[in-house]
Amino acid sequence: MKPVHALPLIVVALVAIAFAFGLRNDPRRLPATLVNEPLPAFSLEPLYEGEAPFTNATLAGAPALINIFGSWCAACIIEHPVLMSIAAENRVALYGVDWNDAREDGAAFLAERGNPYRAIGMDPDSRFAIAMGVSGAPETFVVDAQGRIRYKYVGPITKEVWNDLLKPMIAQLEPAQ
Amino acid sequence: MIGPILALALAAAAGPAADDARAIALQKELRCVVCQNESINDSAAPLAADMRAALRERMAAGDSDAEIKAYFVERYGDFVLMRPPLKATTVALWAAPGLFLGIGALMFALYLRQRPPLDDDQPTDEAGA
Repeated sequence: MKPVHALPLIVVALVAIAFAFGLRNDPRRLPATLVNEPLPAFSLEPLYEGEAPFTNATLAGAPALINIFGSWCAACIIEHPVLMSIAAENRVALYGVDWNDAREDGAAFLAERGNPYRAIGMDPDSRFAIAMGVSGAPETFVVDAQGRIRYKYVGPITKEVWNDLLKPMIAQLEPAQ
Repeated sequence: MIGPILALALAAAAGPAADDARAIALQKELRCVVCQNESINDSAAPLAADMRAALRERMAAGDSDAEIKAYFVERYGDFVLMRPPLKATTVALWAAPGLFLGIGALMFALYLRQRPPLDDDQPTDEAGA
């Protein structure tokens, strides 16, 4: 075969290799560009009236999980039992942000299924979600004791994700100071 | 006489109308992160509406176009721009279409040169069937 006839095959092979890498990237998972950045300054109205607003200070210098959820979010229903067991294990503080929701809808969602969160803030106009680069629910942020975002998990947390990924990650974080 | 009055009227109207035009131009440059083939200007997704509102807030706060785009890129990555920036990591993306077109044209040209001459360049016999 003349060398020039091999050219299409070579080009196709190169393109196939490029695609093999590129197609692994899920376009729905946007890059977690905020990793190792400090949490933005925030102050969210509490879901339950009478409680204190959910702010940076609520985290009180301890590692935390911040879970973005909404009553409209089907995957959040699937995730919910895992969040309840994470809360029961009490290894890390779990906070919720009720995104794009009316207060009564978020409250009803939790009343029906249980409330795993230490505190819940409301984000009806997505200002917090946008500041955190959130594109859907559920998304869960791992925040260290210094208030830095260390990781973002996109999608519902499963028992395996908790046991194999998040729980070890939290154990590795520096302790509260 | 009409000229200066018209100019003055246009200048007075330029405020909010120019803001709208600027907002729409910026909105067309930002990708809706939910419906990812649409800009936030076109998308009906609730998050797109909230992103438009956040964009307007940043305009009102005095951010420049570059600062507003940087705000979203810092949080969502380059993917949030409808036109990804030309950087070392995106050079392949930008160059690939032209490159493949060039390779294809080259190969076609080489193929044309190698073709044997067509038989009907030669004089044919008058066929008597």
